[in-house]
This record gives sequence, structure tokens and C-alpha cells, in this order.
Amino acid sequence: MKPAPFRYADPRSLEEALDVLTAEHGAKVLAGGQSLIPLLAMRLAAPATLVDINRVPGLDTVETTGDGVRVGALVRHDGLLRDSPDATAAARVQPLLARATANVAHPAIRNRGTTVGSIAHADPSGEMTAVLALTGGSVTVATPEGRSTVGWQDLFVGPLETSLAGPAVVVDAFFPALPARSGTAFAEISRRKGDYAVCGAGVVVTLDEDRRVAAVRASYLSVGLVPEVHDLTEAVAGKPVDGADWAAAGALARTLVDPDGDIHASADYRRLLVGVLTERTLAEAAAEALERTAA
Amino acid sequence: MTTSVDSERTVTVTVNGVLREATVPVRRVLSDLLREDLRLTGTHVGCAHGVCGSCTVLVDGVPVRSCLVLAVQVDGAEVTTVEGLAREDDRGGQVLHPVQEAFRECHALQCGFCTPGFLVTIAAGLEARDATAEITEEEVDELVGGNLCRCTGYANIKKAVRHAAATMRDDAR
Repeated sequence: MKPAPFRYADPRSLEEALDVLTAEHGAKVLAGGQSLIPLLAMRLAAPATLVDINRVPGLDTVETTGDGVRVGALVRHDGLLRDSPDATAAARVQPLLARATANVAHPAIRNRGTTVGSIAHADPSGEMTAVLALTGGSVTVATPEGRSTVGWQDLFVGPLETSLAGPAVVVDAFFPALPARSGTAFAEISRRKGDYAVCGAGVVVTLDEDRRVAAVRASYLSVGLVPEVHDLTEAVAGKPVDGADWAAAGALARTLVDPDGDIHASADYRRLLVGVLTERTLAEAAAEALERTAA
Repeated sequence: MTTSVDSERTVTVTVNGVLREATVPVRRVLSDLLREDLRLTGTHVGCAHGVCGSCTVLVDGVPVRSCLVLAVQVDGAEVTTVEGLAREDDRGGQVLHPVQEAFRECHALQCGFCTPGFLVTIAAGLEARDATAEITEEEVDELVGGNLCRCTGYANIKKAVRHAAATMRDDAR
């Protein structure tokens, strides 16, 4: 179908964007549009006005420091994958970001869709929402009253629903750096490469100074109503990397999640995939943690 | 400065090297601008919500789903459609793009509905890579993975990608 009629503005500054969002009742921010425009085309959403922020300067940067990676609202998914100094620096400080981004849809979508937009879209089957949760990240929200930081726990309210109300623009997302002696992995199962994940998993394994497992955290895609982070440490705590029973961690994960069934997969099948993907990704992440500990 | 909030806009866009202008409702998507306002019907619309890939065009050189971009968003941009893939030869005729040649050679289309999206996506993908390197199966899968074809089963499309990559490699050497 075609989108229902709406009005359109493409402001040239953040202040103007917030002015229009304030003045226009039922206005919605448009960035990459790769989630929003399908919603409009299917008439699942019919905002009165779209405020296109693509011509707002200063929102297209990736800033990496020792503390983490700050991704501006107009950085396309491809900007974290493409061979560039910005992408390389970001991948060094928080490797999970690029690793998960490689699973986002198809190249033509990644050329246009944005990291921050997919977080603001708050789809529990999205890669970026899971990564924001797993890394303990936050977003910066600009409103007419000023800027504030909203942590991931306070952001996601339900499927496609955030806590943001009134005129607001998410101007960046911050992904804290991967801690020392840690490794990450990300994997998903989909019907076709690039399709929505039937189930996906991102994990972080942290070792102690004796190279034993100190902490294990996981976040899943298409499993709950909002992104969740599960602590799986107790299944493998204190074990050396080659002696850890990752299947036990997978079994623990299966007891912690509460997936729904739909046309693509039953709840039981999703729970099974949680176990399989957990075991698989943890072994990979632990090997990377060991490598980074040795280096 | 007050930002204008409009229901209709005039869009100026360079399509396949030609400057075009159209006044459209702001809800017009790029695929409809191309087909209905500019009468360039080479771009096909399959699903109209970003799943099938048949409407893929290049905006400022990169492949995008033209059903997921508003016409007003490409104001001032350069768009290349399937009609712009072939090159002029020195006798005023046209030479097919290596990917178009490969599709003909490998019988990579049957009904042809999805073909424009495949051609544009694959052409851009092959032009963006190091032509002298052997193409991997993973690269081939990535190049065709975002487009749906209901006739061919993809075997001949993938054969065409490898064929086109080989032609472009020979040309680059």
C-alpha cells in the first residue's frame, strides 16, 4: 500500500526540528526510514507530520574514546561496517557493535537505516536494541527543555514502544567499551540471511586474572517483549575457558527466557534455539576473551 | 528561520544523468516518483515495503530500496535506475553492463519482474569491490540475498554474478 497522507518538514537544525515537533500534533521523526516507512506503507502508523532530520548537521559522527562508542542519529548501519578509521576505532573498543550490525537486514537497507533509528524503533527482534542492552548503553535525548541521558532499562517499554513522550529527538546512542579480559560473539537464526531473526543471541564473557570465567551475560532477539540481559555466570563461574560447560550455561538460559510462539517458530523451538545459540556463542566469546587476555 | 511544513513539494533530481523535476505530494515514495511522475518504468515495485528488493536503485551511488525513500528526500541527489546501467558506445548505440550481459548469458531471468532490482544491486556491489580478486561464494550470497526471485531458484542468478565478476576481472587486468 501507499502511506496515508502526511505533512513533511526537513529542518536544518535540531532547534528547528524540536520547534516543528512541538508545533505539529502527532509528528514523528524520520531518519533512515527503513522501519518507519514500511509501517507507513502497511498503514500500521499514520503520523500527521514527518520531521525528517536528515538535513540536520552534526548528527552523522561516530565518536570513539576509551569509555565507549557514541553513534550519532544519522550514522547508517553501513558506517559501522565499512572500511574506515571511524569503524575500525569503534570495533576495537566495542566489537559487538559491528558484529551485530553485520546481521542487520541486507546491504541496501544498511546503506540507509540508522543504528539510533533502530533503537528508537524499539523492535525486540532488532539487533541494535539487544546490543544497547547487553553493553549497558544509553541514548541522549534532546527536548525543548534540554538534553538528558536515558539508560536502556528506562527506554524500552514494550514492542515498538519507548518511554519517550512529547517532542523529542534521540541524538545519539552510547555503547560502553568492552571491559578488559572480555570477548563477545553474536549469532542469529533466520529463515533467509538478513531476514528478521527467529532467534538471536549476543554474549559477553569476562575472565579473571587467572583466566577463569568471571562473568557471562547474554541478550536475545525475538525472545521477549523488550530487550533483556541475562546473567549466566553461575553455570560456569570459576571454570577455565577450555573446561567450562557452555551447554550448562545454555540450559540455564533456557530456563530464564519466556519466548512467544508465532507463525515462524513455536515458543518451545525458540527456547531450544536460545540454548543452542548460547552454547555456540559463549564458546566463541570465551576464545576471544582468552586471546585478548593473552595480548 | 521557520521550517516550512508541506503537503506538496517540488523535487529536482538527476536521474541517469538527466536533470528532472516533479511536483509531488510529500507521501510519494521514490519508486512511484520514478514510475509514475518520470515514466521510468524499469524500476519494478513488488512488495512496496522493503522486503523484495525489486525496486532497488542507486541514490548517490549506493543501492537503496526506492519504496523506502520518500521522493522529497532525494531532492538534489543523483539516482541511477536499471535504465542507466547500459553505457553508450562510440557509434551511438548502447553496450549492456557486464551484469546485464551475464544475466542474458546465464539465463538468469524468467519472468523478469525481479530482474531490475537484482541488476542494480549486483552491478553496484561488483563495482564497489576489488575487481581483480576472485569472488567468494559468501560475497555472491550477500549480493543476491536481499532480493526475492520466485522463478529461478537463484542458481542461474548466482551463476550470472560469478560470470559478471569474471568479466570485470578480465577487464581490470
